[in-house]
Formats: sequence, C-alpha cells, structure tokens
Amino acid sequence: MVNCLKMQAATTASNLLGITVWVAAGVNILSLIFLIGYILAQGISYLNWELFAFEYTTQNVSLFPALVNTVLIIVIALSLAAPLGICTAIYFVEYAKKGNKLVSVMDITTDTLAGIPSVVYGLFGLLFFVSYLQFGYSLLAGACTVAIMILPVIIRTTEEALQAVPVSYKEGSYALGANKLRTVFVVVLPAAVPGILTGIILSIGRIIGETAALIYTAGTVAQLPENMFSSGRSLAVHLYVLASEGLFMEQAFATAVVLVIITVIINLASTWMAGKLMRGN
Amino acid sequence: MNLQKDKFFKNSFFCIAFVSVVAVVMICSCLFVGGMPALEKIGVKEFLLGTKWRPSSELYGILPMILGSMYVTMGALIFGVPIGILTAIFMARFCPRKLYRFFKPIVELMAGIPSVIYGFFGLVVLVPLVRDNLGGTGSSMLTAALLLGIMILPTIVTVAEAALRAVPESYYEGALALGADHVRSVFFTIVPAAKSGILAAIILGLGRAVGETMAVIMVAGNQTRMPQGLLEGVRTMTTNIVIEMGYATDLHYDALIATALVLFLFIVLLNLSFSYFKGRMFGNG
Repeated sequence: MVNCLKMQAATTASNLLGITVWVAAGVNILSLIFLIGYILAQGISYLNWELFAFEYTTQNVSLFPALVNTVLIIVIALSLAAPLGICTAIYFVEYAKKGNKLVSVMDITTDTLAGIPSVVYGLFGLLFFVSYLQFGYSLLAGACTVAIMILPVIIRTTEEALQAVPVSYKEGSYALGANKLRTVFVVVLPAAVPGILTGIILSIGRIIGETAALIYTAGTVAQLPENMFSSGRSLAVHLYVLASEGLFMEQAFATAVVLVIITVIINLASTWMAGKLMRGN
Repeated sequence: MNLQKDKFFKNSFFCIAFVSVVAVVMICSCLFVGGMPALEKIGVKEFLLGTKWRPSSELYGILPMILGSMYVTMGALIFGVPIGILTAIFMARFCPRKLYRFFKPIVELMAGIPSVIYGFFGLVVLVPLVRDNLGGTGSSMLTAALLLGIMILPTIVTVAEAALRAVPESYYEGALALGADHVRSVFFTIVPAAKSGILAAIILGLGRAVGETMAVIMVAGNQTRMPQGLLEGVRTMTTNIVIEMGYATDLHYDALIATALVLFLFIVLLNLSFSYFKGRMFGNG
C-alpha cells in the first residue's frame, strides 16, 4: 500500500517535472517572439522614405548615413579579420601539433578574446587606435576594434568547418601527389567554404549589433563619411543615441525595426548556410 | 625544395595565428598602462572599497559599481539559470524533432539580437511595466536583472544543451532498463552526468551578464550611489565606463580605465574557470 502510494507520488513528480520543462521552453521562446513582435508592431508604421534620405537633419532623422557607415565598418573589419582568422584556423587544424605549449596558449587567448566584454574592446580601441595610433574618432578605428572582436568567431567556425572535411579528401589529394599547401588550399578549404561563410555571416551580425565597442571609436557623427578617417555612427549606435536622447522615439522605433529585420535576415542566412554544410557531409 | 616551401608556409601560418596572442597582450598592456597611474594615485584599497564616486570632488570609489554589477548579475542568474537549463533539457531530451527544427533557430536568433535592441525593448516595455506595477521610476536593479536574465538565456541553453547531448546514450538506456520513466532517467542520470558542462554554461552566462553594457545603461537608472534596493536605480562597472568616457579627463579618465581593468581581470578569471569546467566535460576540445 505504502509502496503503491510512493509510486504514485513519483509519477506525479515526474509529470510535474515534464510539464515544467515544457513551460520553461515556452517562456524562452515566447519572450523572443514577444520582443520581436512588439518592436515590429509598434515600429513598422513609423517607417517612411524620409528615414532613408541621403543626409541627416533634425527634421528627417535619417538612418541612411548610419546604414552606410555600418556597411563600411563591416567591409573594413572583415577584410582585416577574415584572412587572419581563416589562416589562424588553418594553422590550428592542419599544422599545429597537439600538446604544444605555444599552441595551447594561442587556444586560451582565442577563448579569452571571445569572452572580453565589448565595452573593454571599445576602451582599448579608444586608447590604442584612436589616441595612440591617432586615427581619431573614425570608421577605421571602429573597424579595427571590431575586427579584433570578431576574430575568435571566425577562427572557431573555420576550425570547425575544416575539421568537418572528410580525411579521405586529403588522402586522395596526397595520393595524387599534391603537397600539403596545395591540399589545404585546393581541396580542404573549398570543401569548408559553407562553414567559413557561416562564421563570416555571424561576424557581420555581431558588428551590426555592436554599440559599446563603436561609440568611442567610430564616434557618433550622423552624416555620410568622406573617407575612412571620418567619424560616423553605426546603426546600433544611432538607435542608442535616439533612444537615450528620447527626442525622436518614433524614429528610434523605426530604426529598431530595421535592425531587427536585418538581424533576422542574417540569422536565416547563417542557418541556411549551416544546413547546407550539414547536408554536404 | 618542396619541403622547404612547406616549412616556410607553416611558419607564416604560425605567425598569423600568433595574432590572437598579440591582441590579448596589447589589450592587457593598454589597460594596465592606462589604469595603473590612477590606482597608484587613488590607492588600490580606496579605489576598490571606496563607497563614493564623485569625480568632481576627486572621490573615486567603485564599490557601488562592483556591487551593482554583482547584484544585477545575480538577479539575472536567478531569472535566467532555471529557465535556461530547463530549456536546454527540453531541447536535448523532450523536444519532438519537428518542433526542434523551429526551436533551434529561434534560440540562435535570440543570441543574435543586438544588445541595444534588448535595451530598447527594456526601455519601452519593461521599464513602464515595473513602474506601473511595482512603483519607483521603473529604471531599476530589478528591471536590469530581468532584462539580463532574458539576454543570457541563449548562452546558457546552447552550452548546456551541448553538455547534455555529450552524455553517452547508455546512461539513459540503463536508467530506463532499471524501470525509471523518461523524466526520471533524464533528470537523475543525464543531468547529473552533464554537471560540469552545465556549470560551464552558467559561468559563461555570468560572464555575459557582467560584461553587458548597452542594455543595462538603458534600463538600470545609473545612479552612482551604493545600491539601495530592488526598485532603485543602480550603476554597473560597464555602464560607468560608457557614461563618463565621453567627457572624462586626467585622473577621472585614468580611473575609468582602471574600472575597465578590474572588469577585465574579473572576466579573465571567469573565462579560466569556464575553460576548466568545459575541459572536464568535453575533454580538451
């Protein structure tokens, strides 16, 4: 009798736990759906063509210059970080010997870079690129700062992609008489392209969302840049400035909508890429 | 000839790979060189334990900000850890395959949403919500903790899910064979076996919460006094840097760099313990 009751209690507890797990997952998903839904529902009606005017004025509060700045920062940062990150990953996967002290130091520093908060990157960028190298508040300084920030993302995703390439590809290449370098660049790297692209898309997402690392490196000028040494705010910085000033809340909502839509597109693209990689294997 | 060439390329790849080491060393030295003068002038004890931050009267104590960061982070963990870990358990063991195809991208999207968007959401939704229901101005420790709790969810879910999936299937099957039902098998064999990995997930979430800046700025109120209560405003170390960096000069400027140095050391410590637990869970990979 007692045993029977115990069993029943255990089953009830099991059921309760099972339900809790579903509820927790529901809370998780709903919080995101609510966040996106709310911003879209509130903000979409504030979108208009004036926001995409060529020049920023206090009348139109155009986000177009910020958009251009963001794209420029992405292009410069990627052209710095992508080659470095991909070569680093090649070294880790194809050349580095396991157990080498120096290699494990590099491993730890890569993890450290991934964990440093963006505000510390921002401060570093301000001290080093803006002041020490005298770039001033500029797109270049901002791009250099975020380039270091996205380096671990590119390294880790490229590493994973390279490791996923079947050994038989390499063996086939060696059997045909190719040397290591040729094998890496002609056989392994092309096979890993979808994985590497996933990493690059993720990095683009990181840069688009970045505020703390850019606000004191790229600055907050709301106009189109003349060259790499002009200061310019990115889209995320633009939203932060609008929201914290509180003068243009409608435009802030519209900017948030644009940012959310870009983020969703980028995430879809990276999921699609990763799916392609999975099918490829 | 070919061997020589191969060796040359190996060495050049090595040099490039060294970039991450160089970057960390540069960041470290910049913070130390920039922050040390302030620490010397103010005094380490006065800086870390001083309860007043008043740059206008040359008072630089960051204890309010250290406590602010700690309280807000703890609050975020109270919200985020149970939901995050339960969601990870759901993803790894309860989720029907069809639903998983929809859930996984959503968690990834959650990680990809910019912090300034979270902050904006907090500002227009959570702040009024707290103000209207609980009183105060709404920009408070509670609001920041709540928002950060949501923000660290994807981090915790992703790492904890990987940990749960790394547990050998035989554990689960063994528990089933002994007569435990699905829920008990998961909670009493798989979850304990993934303990280190789950701890790693929590530490990573903790690091995210401590380092988060823009979202906190927009909802925390940012008063420099010692934390007064759940519904009062609070300032964290990260927000202190961003708020005052724009106009700080001389000692004030250096004191902000020193704040970043403290933050940086704290994060490095967290990262090392994360690597330790990750290593215990997944081997060295």
